[in-house]
Amino acid sequence: MKLLMSGNEAIARGAYECGVSFGAGYPGTPSTEILEEFSKYEGVYAEWAPNEKVALEVGIGAAVAGAKALVTMKHVGVNVAADPLFTVSYTGTNGALVIITADDPSLHSSQNEQDNRNYAKFAKLPMLEPADSDEARRFVRIAFEMSAAFDTPVFLRSTTRVSHSKSVVVAETPVPLEERRELRIDPAKYVMVPAMARMRRVEVEKRLRALRAFAETFPENRMEIRNGEAGIITAGMPYNYAKDVLPDCSYLKLGLVHPLPERLIRKFAASVKKLYVIEELDPFLEEQIRAMGIEVTGKELFPYTNEFDPGVIAGAMGLKTDASIKPPEVVIPPRPPNLCPGCPHRGLFHVLGKLKATFVAGDIGCYTLAFMKPLAGLHSCICMGASIGMAHGMSKALGEKGRGKVVGVIGDSTFLHSGITPLLNLAYNQGEAVIVICDNRTTAMTGMQEHPATGYTLQGTKTKEVDFQALATVLGIDSVREIDPYDLKNTRTVMKEELARGGSSLVVSRRSCVLFKRHSPETRKPLRVNANKCIGCRNCLDLGCPPIAWRSFKDRPAHEIVKNAKKQDGNSYIDADSCTGCTLCQQVCKVGAIEEVE
Amino acid sequence: MDRKDKQLRKDIAAGPARSVLLAGVGGQGILRASDILCRVIMEAGLDVKKSEVHGMAQRGGCVTSHVRYGQKVYSPIERKGNVDILLAFEKLEALRYLDYLKPSGRIIVNETEIYPPAVNLGTMPYPDNAVALIRQGFSTVKVIKARDLAAAAGNIRAENTVLLGALSPWLDFAPDLWERVLKESFPTRTLDANRQAFHLGRDYREGEGGG
Ligand SMILES: Cc1ncc(C[n+]2csc(CCOP(=O)(O)OP(=O)(O)O)c2C)c(N)n1
Repeated sequence: MKLLMSGNEAIARGAYECGVSFGAGYPGTPSTEILEEFSKYEGVYAEWAPNEKVALEVGIGAAVAGAKALVTMKHVGVNVAADPLFTVSYTGTNGALVIITADDPSLHSSQNEQDNRNYAKFAKLPMLEPADSDEARRFVRIAFEMSAAFDTPVFLRSTTRVSHSKSVVVAETPVPLEERRELRIDPAKYVMVPAMARMRRVEVEKRLRALRAFAETFPENRMEIRNGEAGIITAGMPYNYAKDVLPDCSYLKLGLVHPLPERLIRKFAASVKKLYVIEELDPFLEEQIRAMGIEVTGKELFPYTNEFDPGVIAGAMGLKTDASIKPPEVVIPPRPPNLCPGCPHRGLFHVLGKLKATFVAGDIGCYTLAFMKPLAGLHSCICMGASIGMAHGMSKALGEKGRGKVVGVIGDSTFLHSGITPLLNLAYNQGEAVIVICDNRTTAMTGMQEHPATGYTLQGTKTKEVDFQALATVLGIDSVREIDPYDLKNTRTVMKEELARGGSSLVVSRRSCVLFKRHSPETRKPLRVNANKCIGCRNCLDLGCPPIAWRSFKDRPAHEIVKNAKKQDGNSYIDADSCTGCTLCQQVCKVGAIEEVE
Repeated sequence: MDRKDKQLRKDIAAGPARSVLLAGVGGQGILRASDILCRVIMEAGLDVKKSEVHGMAQRGGCVTSHVRYGQKVYSPIERKGNVDILLAFEKLEALRYLDYLKPSGRIIVNETEIYPPAVNLGTMPYPDNAVALIRQGFSTVKVIKARDLAAAAGNIRAENTVLLGALSPWLDFAPDLWERVLKESFPTRTLDANRQAFHLGRDYREGEGGG
């Protein structure tokens, strides 16, 4: 059956086709849809873990019990999961364990551009890399077969272009791989104290040798011989870009990017006059091939940064492109992503941005967008969970100078991901900072995933719901409050009080994401600006709300201009089609010019 | 499949991959539209790939979707200077992605204006001559008020379907193929409005009013 599928849908399909029924992960673009799609197949158990480390440990437990386990995460998630990763490489997996890492060249939705192929080498694990959706589907089965055959976790690396491109998939009827779930006690294999880990360490090298031999004849390491002039070694999505631009070259397309098939590479190199490696990000293949003593051209032509496309390859190879279109001579205003109309984060950050000489240590989520003007209410973003530790460190470093001036903000999903331990640290080491949980009741940024405070699981079962206030209290936080970020006055008052009081505070800023229908069934009336009252002060524009626009009097006909203040040079306008009626603009308007649309 | 379809398939298969670039703003239904387009191409018996970026870009940012089709397609994204048709859901986005077109490329521009933050704040102007600028470089430009036509069809959210309709005569796939895919793509509740929207877009002739 031919279906049009994204790489992520195809990975889920692939897992289903080989009878995998256990999955765990944490959302993160571009990996999120894999587990979401997988969880919908019949007979499958899948869960969102609070973070990637937990997800991997859940997967390890399932695999040790004999299950075939799928674990999914984005590239930076592997950093979080790295601790168990490096040691499960020693223990092996009994059942089977496949870890999907979805990398993000070009940082479309990420804080860095790390190349996770390095993790395969670092942790001494095999890694497969599909180039399109149908390969993604097929490679999942291969990954599970390899995991079982070599008793090793197996990485499958996707990138944004593979995960989020759609192409034709030939879906097959499921043929489950064998699975035997049972309790199995084997301390020599699973208790990694030094004496036993040293023994397993040797096994890891044995396994790598076996995998290298496997790679030599692995059919997905595929030679396509066209002519003897130029040969290209490549893998994953860049293979497609190269084939489009250089159809007449010979190719060695690697399905397995670690470990490399040395003999095959030598054979291919010997069959062409000039050898190129085309790979995005790090010279991962190139350095290893050069270390084999083979002459190869790579990063002297191709960029280290950003994803490629056919144009990048044509340019690097010095081919003439027919790009003769000159962009029009006009300044095109940028269109960065922005907080949605009615976003609950807006009220909070409007208040934070106006606090004088205060550092707001930020975190990752939709609210990170509040760093932009005009809100400008967030001053750092490093990784998930960093805000609280940073705020604490800053307050300790500044001492008296920082008193009442350090805030940490963190989303609800991010807090549960990696904010609890730093909050404990803030209490334990007696830092002085106000931590705000931007609790919009969901994981909004990645598309509304459930988490331990939403009350529901990935597969829709009602479950326990963590209570942030109670948690902060037992951790030892001095003051715990709740605010509604749609209420600007109270938000301001509470923030000022908490900053003034010293010690550690936790403020839960609670209001559901406007796009998330579970908690906000009420629809509010959109608002409009009464031109007979607006004095053109621009207070409402300070909210950076998409429906609110400035209309200058400059190029408008005289009959449209109503001046209510001496120096007024324009007025505000609200697009009623996109206004959600959150009333923030009404609250900041000093002259009562913003009214409900009748 | 009638003779005309077979010939069309042969023509497309014989040449290099063709491409359509859909560009607009998050929330305009671009991904839905490109899904439908891909289904039509697939059902016509051709290879097709499409690519877009989800995630941060959805929060009111630019959204693009590349669609490439032919006998065998490798890259899901097209390079600059090589796109056959730009289907722009918003005028500013038409300008932004103009350099993806080949010199002989064709453009459909929706008259809708969606202001980005700098325009809302009054710090940058919204270009008032977008269509004229586009016409300077390209001879085949279709300008359409998709929102009005969608409203006329009874659902302002069907703007994307109007634009697909406007695109359809340029691609030569059989109308009943579109019909079938539309039927499979929308719930009965909104199917009629979308079907109507598609036809209003398809029949739209510039200069004949109607929007
Ligand atoms: C280690 C890691 N995992 C996943 C992500 C992707 N990611 C970024 S923020 C975020 C969660 C956002 O949810 P929340 O904190 O509730 O904020 P919201 O977007 O709802 O405002 C996720 C999953 C990441 N950047 N790093």
